[in-house]
Amino acid sequence: MTDSNWPLYEVFVRSRNGLSHKHVGSLHAADDEMALEAARDLYTRRSEGVSLWVVPSAAITASQSADRDPFFEPAQDKIYRHPTFYELPDEVKHM
Amino acid sequence: MSRDDTRQALAEYALRLGDNSLILGQRLSEWCSHAPQLEEDVALINIALDLVGQARALLSYAGELEGRGRGEDELAFLRDVREWRNLLLVEQPNGDFARTIARQLLFDCYAFELYRALSDSTDSQLAAIAAKSLKEVSYHRRHSVEWTLRLGDGTDESHRRMQAAIDDLWPYTGELFEADAVDAALIAAGIAPDPAELRAAWQASVSQVLARATLAQPESMGLLSGGRSGLHSEHLGHLLAEMQWLQRAYPGLQW
Repeated sequence: MTDSNWPLYEVFVRSRNGLSHKHVGSLHAADDEMALEAARDLYTRRSEGVSLWVVPSAAITASQSADRDPFFEPAQDKIYRHPTFYELPDEVKHM
Repeated sequence: MSRDDTRQALAEYALRLGDNSLILGQRLSEWCSHAPQLEEDVALINIALDLVGQARALLSYAGELEGRGRGEDELAFLRDVREWRNLLLVEQPNGDFARTIARQLLFDCYAFELYRALSDSTDSQLAAIAAKSLKEVSYHRRHSVEWTLRLGDGTDESHRRMQAAIDDLWPYTGELFEADAVDAALIAAGIAPDPAELRAAWQASVSQVLARATLAQPESMGLLSGGRSGLHSEHLGHLLAEMQWLQRAYPGLQW
């Protein structure tokens, strides 16, 4: 395979109606339309999906691993943000 | 025409279609691990596998109609070059990527019109095979159209290569629309469409794609033909040698 200067795309597949699109991988393609076709060929050939999204990887803004503590650490001790923190009265049904 | 004559005509017709699919599928599979891009490698092999799948259905049906006990494997692996009925276009070598795409464009646009018409065939088995194939061929056509647009309207080099490929392969396109006694019998029975009627739609879609791709359409319709009577270009024998050697060397081998 030769080296490619084609841009990278991220591929999202919806496996069934009603479910959300899920990231499945990436690919190189010359443009958006070709990326969609390549995604079809690479990621749905075993009936994995009913809908596809392709997004230029460059369009994604990602968190940095250096930011992990300020981003994610403060959530660790906020147990009251989980519903299991609260005790429900016995009278409340179907929660 | 007797029922048996129609049956034999249909056997021959199914053989022609099956041979087109199998030879083109075999040709495309030569790209496996050689395509310009990993993504395109998978795309081409997907198409090749679709074509081989169509060939299996068509050759099985041809063998059944023929009634001489030949199945898909006997037809695929034990026929000599003169017994093959495919169009000359599909046996042409892959060449560069542009040439492969040009061959696909010319064939896919034809196969799309053909299978669309055959979906309404009075022969239910053929109609079912055509309806299934039409979905696959619609995607093949989309793939070859998109590439033709990008190569034709791309760089100077891609344009030059794409134009050369169209020019070289154009002479084989006349054969797509030839009709003989087999076609006449099946047209009369409502089993197959008149190739002449497919031609206008094929011409319209190919012309439109070439224009959008800034490619010139060659002037005259090519008239190289002979595939249906077993008169093939020198390329087919080499292709068959590679495709058939295992069954020839070890008859009946399974894996």
